[in-house]
Order: sequence, then structure tokens, then C-alpha cells
Amino acid sequence: MSLQEELRSVPPAKLFIDRVTKDFPVRGGKVRALDEITLQINEGDFVCLVGPSGCGKSTLLSIIAGLEKPDAGETLMDGKPVTRPGRDRMVMFQESALFPWLDVMDNVLFGLRFKPNLTARDRREVAQFYLRLVGLEEFAHANVHELSGGMKQRAALARALAPNPRVLLMDEPFAALDALTREQLYGDIQRIWAERKKTIVFVTHNVREAVCLGNRVVLFSPHPGRVREEFSVDLPHPRDINSVELAGHASRITRALRGYVDAPGTELGAE
Amino acid sequence: MKRLLSSTLFFAVLLLAWHFLVLAKIWSPVLLPDPGSVWEYLKTVTVDGTLFQATAVTLRRLLTGYLIGVILGIPIGLLTARFQLMEDTVGVLALGLQTLPSVCWVPLAMLWFGQTEGAMLFVVVMGTLWSVIISTDNGVRNVPPIYARAARTMGARQFYTWTRVILPASLPFVVSGMKQGWAFAWRSLMAAEIFVTILTGFGLGQLLHFGRELNAMDQVIGIMFAIVLIGLLADKIFFSPVEHFLHRRWGTGRK
Repeated sequence: MSLQEELRSVPPAKLFIDRVTKDFPVRGGKVRALDEITLQINEGDFVCLVGPSGCGKSTLLSIIAGLEKPDAGETLMDGKPVTRPGRDRMVMFQESALFPWLDVMDNVLFGLRFKPNLTARDRREVAQFYLRLVGLEEFAHANVHELSGGMKQRAALARALAPNPRVLLMDEPFAALDALTREQLYGDIQRIWAERKKTIVFVTHNVREAVCLGNRVVLFSPHPGRVREEFSVDLPHPRDINSVELAGHASRITRALRGYVDAPGTELGAE
Repeated sequence: MKRLLSSTLFFAVLLLAWHFLVLAKIWSPVLLPDPGSVWEYLKTVTVDGTLFQATAVTLRRLLTGYLIGVILGIPIGLLTARFQLMEDTVGVLALGLQTLPSVCWVPLAMLWFGQTEGAMLFVVVMGTLWSVIISTDNGVRNVPPIYARAARTMGARQFYTWTRVILPASLPFVVSGMKQGWAFAWRSLMAAEIFVTILTGFGLGQLLHFGRELNAMDQVIGIMFAIVLIGLLADKIFFSPVEHFLHRRWGTGRK
């Protein structure tokens, strides 16, 4: 495979989550984290999974990634069952999970080491391309601890994009960032989604964030984790999180979410 | 520059104090020789090659045993961290033997191996091995699980994840264990060399021992200086740069 081919956007994949159920052992029994979740995600969808903590949305993401196995049901990617992690589905975690013993460049290169038919030089070019895409080309040789929180997540994004996955799985990637940095990243992720044509599954507990990014918002409720309702958001991209239309959508979804979450003290981030 | 000056000044004062203590004749010069005569001794053994020869013998024993200890210790530590069975068997053994002061291996080594290089090697390996196992094990257990998860999503298989993610991630622990192992090995080798005369080579510890036998205090103190110097150099040449690198990468420690 040549460098040019490697850098070309690959067609995004579709996912079908078919009655996925997952239990976790707790003292003296088990708790149902996911209860027969069924979800169709189309090619190029930007789906936000929203719900309070404990609704299993992160677990579902791990199952799609192949990091965990469901107790029942399965996930199909383009019709093929997901059995283990693969570079066609890259994950971005809440903490950056960048490797502190490598500099930024080597972190991005890590996921490229297993790509066949690329020379060392090609790999560096690929890495450089994605660092440029996230605006970190100046920091290729910085140590991880020298980056700010936002830059760390950009580097993690570049690392996740570098193997050219068809699906990007994001697990509350901006939750630990300050509001200003987060807004910049909302812009970036929308631009990258448009440019690189990925199917994105994005987990968050922040309804506004979900409305700002996704073309679909899926509501989860906890104990056990279930899909409750789905909203499509047809506002044009790029969206501004502070816009009035967006606020309208967000409050509609927040109201719906309140209806499903009656447990007192349940965390609900409608900031 | 200022720090160098204060260090130099401090040691100059120490030497002077020593010199004046000798001049005061509180102790017999047999027990407390003048710094000048220690210096003379060191000059003589340097010129006739004795010091270098002894240093070479000692360092060869130390490095061979140390390398064996590290090369065995790191994989064993990885295994004890990975497998429950290894943890409950070898892990417990390592934990127990690590509390044994490494000098305590000397009598056993003598009986098992006699007055041979093998005994020396054994003592050094025992001094190094257990610390390296314990700290590697400890390091692995402190690696955030998210690193391994991230590596798996990027296509890394088990073995690759262990060698390229878990091991480097636990490096700060491994290096501190290697440093401790070095200290233990160095101390136990000196003890072994002092206790045991073996004919395949005289190390620094043996020179120290002969100094005592001959009541040559200038030799005893001179060799002690040489031993201290080697310890300092090992730290400055090997461990300091590595630790510096780790601090810089991880962003820990002092500037």
C-alpha cells in the first residue's frame, strides 16, 4: 500500500448492535450493566450516547471496541461480528492514555507499527499528517507531560486517527477539559468528521455536547442500562454550542432524560 | 559553580581537620595515619598497577553477577506480576529472600562453591536478583490498565504489549529496583571479598583485608576511598543519566 492510498479517507463502516447484554459481578450477585441493547449505526453517523453514570454507555463502547465481550448478543461491523480489538475501530479514552515514555510523535507512530507495507519513512509522514490535522505539528517531539489537557486530547485524537480507522469510538474525551478548550475541540472534531468521513460513536453525559456534535443522540437510562429514546439533530455543521437552536434541542432532550431518570442523586449533566 | 565551590570547601575542611587530629597525636599514627601517607599509598598502588588490577577484578565480578541478576530478575518480575501461580510461589520466595541482608549469602556460598569465583558470582547474583524481581513486579502492578487497553485497540498483541507497553511503563520502578540491587550486590561482594581469599584474583575487598592483617592503616583507608569512588562513579555514570531521562520524560522529580 502506498503512502497516498494510506492517507486517503477510507469509507466509514456501519455497526449493528444486536441485543447486547452485559452483567458485572458485584458482591453477592451481579448487576446488569446493559440489557438487550439494540442499535443500528449507519455509515458516517455521528452518534452520541447520552445518559447518567452507571447506564452502561462506556461498557457498550468497550464492547464495540472489542475490549470486552458481551454476555449475550453481538456487535456486527459491516455484517461481521466483532470479537477483538482492531485498528478499524479506534478508541479515544477520557484520560488521554498517551504513553509517557514516548514523545508525541512516537505515540502517534505506535498504532502505525502494525500496518503492513509502509516504510518507516511513510509512517512518519502519516504521523506528521495527522499531527498537522489536529494542529500539533509543532509539538511532535514534546514529552506528554509538557502538553496541556487539550493538547493531550488532540495528540490522543491524532493517535486514534493515524491507523485510518473506519469507526472512531470516543469515551467522554472532553470531560476533563475546561469549557474554552472543549469548545475549540468541538470545532476540530466536527471539521475532522467532515474531512475524514468516520463513523463516530461518542459517549457523554453532557446533553449540550451531544447535540452540538451528533446527528443522532441516543438516550440511555441506568439500572439496568437500556436505550430509551432517540433524537435526530438536523442542524447544519459546524455547530456552535452556544447557539439558540442548539439550546432548544438540548432542553427538549434533557426533559426527556429527566423523565427516565427518577432515582434521586443521579448525576445529570445538562450544562 | 557556587555548589562546586561549597562542596570543595567542605571536603577541604574535612581533610584539614583530619590532618590536625593526626598532628594533635591523640591516637597512635598506626591507628590514624596522616592524609598524606594515605595519598602516598594510593599513588604507589596506582603506579605499580595493583589498584587497577584489583579494581578490574572486583568490577568484573560485580558486573557479571549484576547483569545476570538483572537479566533474570526482570522477566521473572514480569511473570510474577502476570501469573497468579508465579506470584504465589516465586513472588513469595523473592519477597522473603529480599529481606535477607545480602551479606548473609556469603557463608552459604562458601560452603557450596568453596573459595572460587563461583562463590563470588553467587553472592552478587543473590544481592541483585530479588530486588529486581520485587520492583519489576511492583512496577507492573502500578501501570494504569488503560495503557494496555489503548495498546490493544491499536493492534498490539499480548507479547508486544508486555515488551513495549507494560515494561516501559514500569521503568521508573524497574530502575529504582536495579539501583537497589546494585547497592546490595556491591555491599555483599565487598563482604565476600573481605571474608574469603580466593586465588583467581585479588579484588579491592581483599586489599582491604590484607591492609588489616598487616596493620597498614594507610592501605585500609586508601582502599576505602577507592571503594567509595567506584560507588559514586557508578551512580554518576550509569544511574544518574537514566534517572534524569525518566524524570524528563515522565515530568517527575526536580528540575
